[in-house]
Amino acid sequence: MTDGFQIVVCGSLVPDPLQTLEPLTTPQGPGLKNELMLPSVLDPWSAHALFEAANLAKQIAGSKVYLVSLGPKAKLQQLMMTVAQKVPFELVAIDGSASGFTDAHEAAAVLAEAVAAIPGLDKNRLLVFGGCASASRDAGVTMQLLCERLAIRDFFAGVDEIKVKPDSSFEVLERIEGGQYQVSVCKGAPAVLAWATGNLPEPPNNPQVGMVNMRGVMPALMKAKPSKVGTGGIAYEKTEVPAQKRATRIVKDVGADQIAAEIVEWIKQ
Amino acid sequence: MKILALFHTQDDGSLPKAALEVLTTAMAIKEQTGGTLAVGILGQGAANAAETVAGCGAESFLTVGSEAVAQARYATDTAAATALIRDSGAELVLAPGTARFARCLPGAAHRTGAQIDTHIVSVKAEGGQVQAQRWFYRQRILGTFSRAARPWIMLADAGVNMPWHGASGAASPKEVAVGFSDADLRTSVTGVRSPAADAQTIKPDAALLFVAGAGWTKKQKDGQFHIAEAGVLIQDFLIKAKSSLGSSKSLVDLQSEGQETLNFMTHMNQVGQTGSTPRHAKGLSACCHGEEPHAVGWRFINERRAINLDPNCGWAQGKADVVYVGDAFEIMAKVNALLS
Ligand SMILES: Cc1cc2nc3c(=O)[nH]c(=O)nc-3n(C[C@H](O)[C@H](O)[C@H](O)COP(=O)(O)OP(=O)(O)OC[C@H]3O[C@@H](n4cnc5c(N)ncnc54)[C@H](O)[C@@H]3O)c2cc1C
Repeated sequence: MTDGFQIVVCGSLVPDPLQTLEPLTTPQGPGLKNELMLPSVLDPWSAHALFEAANLAKQIAGSKVYLVSLGPKAKLQQLMMTVAQKVPFELVAIDGSASGFTDAHEAAAVLAEAVAAIPGLDKNRLLVFGGCASASRDAGVTMQLLCERLAIRDFFAGVDEIKVKPDSSFEVLERIEGGQYQVSVCKGAPAVLAWATGNLPEPPNNPQVGMVNMRGVMPALMKAKPSKVGTGGIAYEKTEVPAQKRATRIVKDVGADQIAAEIVEWIKQ
Repeated sequence: MKILALFHTQDDGSLPKAALEVLTTAMAIKEQTGGTLAVGILGQGAANAAETVAGCGAESFLTVGSEAVAQARYATDTAAATALIRDSGAELVLAPGTARFARCLPGAAHRTGAQIDTHIVSVKAEGGQVQAQRWFYRQRILGTFSRAARPWIMLADAGVNMPWHGASGAASPKEVAVGFSDADLRTSVTGVRSPAADAQTIKPDAALLFVAGAGWTKKQKDGQFHIAEAGVLIQDFLIKAKSSLGSSKSLVDLQSEGQETLNFMTHMNQVGQTGSTPRHAKGLSACCHGEEPHAVGWRFINERRAINLDPNCGWAQGKADVVYVGDAFEIMAKVNALLS
C-alpha cells in the first residue's frame, strides 16, 4: 500500500439548479442576468467527487484531500460556509469567472497551474478528481485537458466507483452507453478521474469539520490568485432560452379505464 | 476546408449508429464548404469498418486498427486519435459523442493543439464560416458560436441527425502508424459490467421513456407503502411497452440513503440536471412532480405525458402535453392489462 494518496478535487460553483436562468450579453461575452446575486451550490458532479475523495482518504492512511476551486472569490467564500462542513479538505482558491460560457481550455490551464503549485505535491501519490461535466458549461473536457497538462496518462470518465487494491493498483467503473459499466484496472497513481454520481449520499453537515476546514479556508481565499479566464477562442453569436411552454391538456375526473386506454393508444401510435 | 469524420468501431467491429449520423453531417459540411472529406477510424476491425462506409465519397480513409486500440482505454485511444488527426491535416474534425470519444478526444485536442466542443446539436457552414450550436447550463440555454482557430474538434450528440446509408466497397484505407509507449498501457480494460438481460432498463433506442418519481415510494391513500407493488407494475410496463426507464433524483437518492425503494433503479436511471438528458420520441412520467430540474431531463423528449394525483404538479405548468390526474397505481395496472 502507498503512503496514502494526495487527492486533488477540482470543483467550483454553479447557480442553484432551482433558479431560472436568463442569458444576457456583457462586455466579456455572454453571462447570466443577476449572475453575482444568484445563489450557488458546489457543482453537483464535483461534489460527488469530493465526497468520494474524502471517503477514499478515510480508508487509506496518510491520504489528504485538496479542493481546487476557480470562481469569484466572494462567492467561493459563501459556498465554503456549507461545503466546508461536509468533509475535511484543504482549499486552493483561484479568483476568476465560474461562468458556463468561459472556454474549458482556459479553465484547464489555470487549474493545471494551481494543481502543480500545491506544495509537496508528489505525482506518484496523486489522484486528481473532478466532475464528469459541470452543470454550467457541461462540456466534459476540462479534466482531460488538465490531465494532459499535468502529463498524466490515465484518465477515467463518468466514474461511479474506485476500489484500491493492496498493491496500490485500482479498479475503476466508468459509465458507458446503455446503463453499462466499463471495468478497468490501473497500475496506480497518478491518474485523473472525472466522477459521475458515485455511490455515497451527501454527508450531513458537521460543524467540527467545518471549524477545522475554515482555519485553512480564509487564508486560502486571501491568497487566491486572480485569473483572467474568459471565453477564449469562442465567438458567441447568440445565447437564448428557446420558448418551450406547452399548452398542457389536463385530464381529470375521468376513470382510470379511460385514461389507461388513451395512454395505450398514444403509446401504440 | 479539410474535414475529418473521426469514428471508432464497436466490439463487433461495426461502426456505432452515432458515427453514421456524424457522417451525414460531415458530408453536408463538405458540400457547404466545397471542402474535402477524410474518414478516420480507430479500434478493432477499423479497416473492415472503412469498407462499410466506402460509398460516402470521402477522398481518403485512415485507420488505426492495432491491438492497442482493441480496448477503449484513454491513453491508447488518445494517441491513436492524435495520429489520425495529424495525418489527415484536418481543420475540422467531426466525431460522435460516444462514451469512448467523450473520454479520449479532449486529450487528442490538447496534443494536436486543437480546440474542442462537445454536445454539438447542429453544425452549419455559411460563406466559409462554420457555426455550431450546443446547450449550456445543462440544457437550459442554447448557444450559437464559432471558433477561428483550427483544428476544431466537435463531438455531436447522438440522435440529432439521420444516420448515413450507402454502399460499402473498397475503401483502400491507409493504416496510420502510432508509437504507443509502455506508459500508455498502465490501464487494462478488463470487461464490461452489464445489468442482467431482464434488468436492462436503460434503452437509448427505445421509442418511449418512462420516468418514475418518488411518489411510487410514498404512503398511498390507504395509508400504507406499496413499494413492492410499484416495482412489479413498473417492470411489467417496461417489458410490455419496450420502454426505457428514467427516474427522478429523489427516487434514486432514497436508495443511497438506505431506505426501502425500487431495487432495480440506480443513479444511472436518473434524468435531469444531474442525470442524463436522453432522446426519445415519447415520454411518460408517473408519480413525479416534474419541476424545473426535471424538465431539463426532458429537454429532448418530443411528446410528454404525465400521471399525477396533483392537478397542480409541475408538469401542468406548460411542461407536459397531457397531465392525467389520477392514481398511477390504478392507471398503470390497467395500462399493463391492455398491453398484454
Ligand atoms: C443540485 C440539485 C440537482 C438536482 N438534480 C436533479 C436531477 O438531475 N433530476 C431530478 O429529477 N431532480 C433533481 N433535483 C431535485 C428536484 O429539485 C426535485 O426535488 C425532484 O426532481 C423531485 O422528485 P420527484 O418528483 O420524484 O418527487 P416529489 O417532488 O416527492 O414528487 C412526488 C410526486 O408523486 C405524486 N404521487 C404520489 N403518489 C402518487 C400516485 N399514487 N399517483 C400519481 N402521483 C402520485 C405526488 O403528487 C408528487 O407530485 C436536483 C436538486 C438539486 C438541489
